Amino acid sequence: MHIPDGFLSGATMATTAVASAAGLGVAVKMVSRRIGERHVPLMGMMGAFIFAAQMLNFPVVGGASGHLIGAALAAILLGPWASIIIMSLVLIAQCLIFQDGGLLALGANIFNMSIIAGLGAYLIYRLLTKFLGEDRRLVAGFVAAWFSVVIASVAAALELAISGTVPLDAVLPAMVGWHTLIGIGEGLITIAMLGLVRAVRKDLLQMGRA
Amino acid sequence: METKRTTMNSKKTWLVALAICLLLATISPLASSAPDGLEKVAEDNGFSEAGHNSPLSIVADYVFPGVRNEILATILAGWLGTALVFLLAYGSARVIYQLKGGHARP
Repeated sequence: MHIPDGFLSGATMATTAVASAAGLGVAVKMVSRRIGERHVPLMGMMGAFIFAAQMLNFPVVGGASGHLIGAALAAILLGPWASIIIMSLVLIAQCLIFQDGGLLALGANIFNMSIIAGLGAYLIYRLLTKFLGEDRRLVAGFVAAWFSVVIASVAAALELAISGTVPLDAVLPAMVGWHTLIGIGEGLITIAMLGLVRAVRKDLLQMGRA
Repeated sequence: METKRTTMNSKKTWLVALAICLLLATISPLASSAPDGLEKVAEDNGFSEAGHNSPLSIVADYVFPGVRNEILATILAGWLGTALVFLLAYGSARVIYQLKGGHARP
């Protein structure tokens, strides 16, 4: 759901850009408190995986497609703050080099897919693992990943409506509807990766979050 | 203190992870070309015309410039982006680690 230039008003883009810059600043500060040397290559690899996986649009019923966001996977494995840094770098590279997502809308895209998706996924994951138990972490991971896509689509819908591009009562159900479907793909890819990490390098799940 | 065995495991893990990333980029030409969720909503609600591309178009739309074969151009763009984001994220993490006062080896 990379928003192109032209969809959002100047005020919306400015507001989300300021919020994103602030969020990114907090994320750098939080990560700098906990980061260990072993997190450094992990963050690089997570970014590389998310970029590559985002290229793979999968079709959903009804004639649309979606692709992984990746914020949930990064937040679950590395914590929400490291996730925000990684996702922001992915979005910045996509915007500056690959013409994916608007240049002026970059702040909004970082706000939706990095900050809202990462924090939302992490919150849901923590709540669910607490109430369902650690054994159901794949269920928690699926729901958290699905939720991250839906909450990001809600944010995008609100920005489009506030910008006066499209009425809220049209864009909100449409965005949430499509991303409810796309979120299923996000959930499946996320738990596949969590399962893979668990199978081959269980220690990475317990290594502490940056 | 890492033992030799876990170090080797670790190396293997990185190679497997790198292989997965490059494999994903390599099969990216298979990606669905249907509009994504937002594009679909924009089409259905008549505001897709309002959108325009970013002026920055170094590797526009994940097609490596100057390569005639579009499948190859997409794969090259995928490899470039994967490597670039790895370096960006690795580099940023290293800078943050060093700012904290860690002693990352150069």
